[in-house]
Amino acid sequence: MPEWMVILLLIVAKLGLIFMVLLTLAAYLVLAERKILGRIQLRPGPNRVGPFGLMQPLADVIKLLTKEDFIPTQADKWLFLLAPGLAAVTALLTFAVVPFGPPITLFGHEVPLVVCDLNIGVLFFLGLSSLAVYGMTLGGWASNSKYSLLGAIRGLSQLISYELSMGLALVPVVMLARSFSLTDIVMAQADVPFALVNPLAFLIFLISAVAESKRIPFDLPEAENELVGGFHTEYSGMRFGLFFVGEYINLIILGSMLTVFFLGGWMGPFLPGVVWFSIKVLFVCFFFIWVRGTLPRLRYDQLMHFGWKILLPLSLLNVILTGAFLLWRQG
Amino acid sequence: MSIWRDIKGTIEPFWITLRNMFRPVVTVEYPEVRTELAPRYRGRLILTRDPDGQERCVACYLCSAACPVDCISMQATEAEDGRRYAAWFRINFSRCIFCGLCTEACPTMAIQVTGFFEMANRNPLETVWEKEELLVDHCGQEPDYNFYHHAGIGVAAARGENPGEDKPVDVKDLMP
Repeated sequence: MPEWMVILLLIVAKLGLIFMVLLTLAAYLVLAERKILGRIQLRPGPNRVGPFGLMQPLADVIKLLTKEDFIPTQADKWLFLLAPGLAAVTALLTFAVVPFGPPITLFGHEVPLVVCDLNIGVLFFLGLSSLAVYGMTLGGWASNSKYSLLGAIRGLSQLISYELSMGLALVPVVMLARSFSLTDIVMAQADVPFALVNPLAFLIFLISAVAESKRIPFDLPEAENELVGGFHTEYSGMRFGLFFVGEYINLIILGSMLTVFFLGGWMGPFLPGVVWFSIKVLFVCFFFIWVRGTLPRLRYDQLMHFGWKILLPLSLLNVILTGAFLLWRQG
Repeated sequence: MSIWRDIKGTIEPFWITLRNMFRPVVTVEYPEVRTELAPRYRGRLILTRDPDGQERCVACYLCSAACPVDCISMQATEAEDGRRYAAWFRINFSRCIFCGLCTEACPTMAIQVTGFFEMANRNPLETVWEKEELLVDHCGQEPDYNFYHHAGIGVAAARGENPGEDKPVDVKDLMP
């Protein structure tokens, strides 16, 4: 077999594996969430399909695929059809820059366990997380329904309130690691994870990540009990499913971002890197579900107030303090 | 300090939900596990018989009059010995709200509630129960009650023959 073919096969295998694992994990995260929320409320959660309800995601997919795909008459048809795909694709694309393990050697080739180690990985992630809001906004606008529109507007205003502090919380990380590449950021945490070095940035990023995932306590764009379903009110069948899957892929992405930026990525004693990475990501996902089972939804103005008046000044202060600390240490 | 109160109020719920995750589940998983019903549980209705094995129902229409959703209907008729009974008796269980007002209205304790409640059905027509399906061959919750013995009407026994009943008075005897 020629040299280039081996390399190509390895890349294709890696892509396929990541794609499969990500989608399966997203499906089972839905089940895990329903199970954990159930246990918090002293219920068993879904347990009818298969042993312990383990076939529930499959049943959900069959249900979503066989449902009627409904398009409202007054909807902007093309945008309406495009929006769910946009939401899912932006979520999937972000995983391209996530390093989930140290490079391994296969068939005499060094395979980095990351789809593409961009030297501007942090900016790529921030850019795509901003683009992800397009799927939601266009979907809400194209539905031509007041609830969808309100959800979309809320999503946009939520985005500009937390995205700024999210980006600013990453500035100290970049300053400490002296690189925009996610692999280098993980390498820089070989001794101490950045969550311990800079706990304030970790906290700000954690709160912003919960807001980014559009989940309780920041689920204003959906807000089931105010806006029916928010931006996906008019969606049905697999189009709704795409929004749904996108949300859970986004959850995994944010979990891996938290892991990469603050929890030391694949670094850890005894176990292989990929296992450490999965443990950390799953723990963050569990934390997100735990938050959902615990906190109530914030009010619209409370979110704005919190984002602009507390998180933003705090993150700016944190940038200055970290810079001052680094300068002082250099002498 | 209100900020400390706010922080405490945000952290504390996490401990509560974490504790709840390890507490036993309270759900009763119905088809496998059944709860014990209350002794006066109001399930599906039955038509009972008196201790002599006769139908108790005298087709007085009081139950259908008491029914708030009008789910009971019947046709009264009379036997050779003058005893009234229902020619047909029909309860539409897709309308029944299991309030038990019919059993309170019934003067002969004929219509009674039971602890049976599994009547789910895909065909709404099959939730309409006829007399043959409603009628049971026991006395239900009133094993000794026989309306005709108490009312003293000459159907179950001759007039004056029922327990605690005086002989009928021949009014013409009282003539001066």
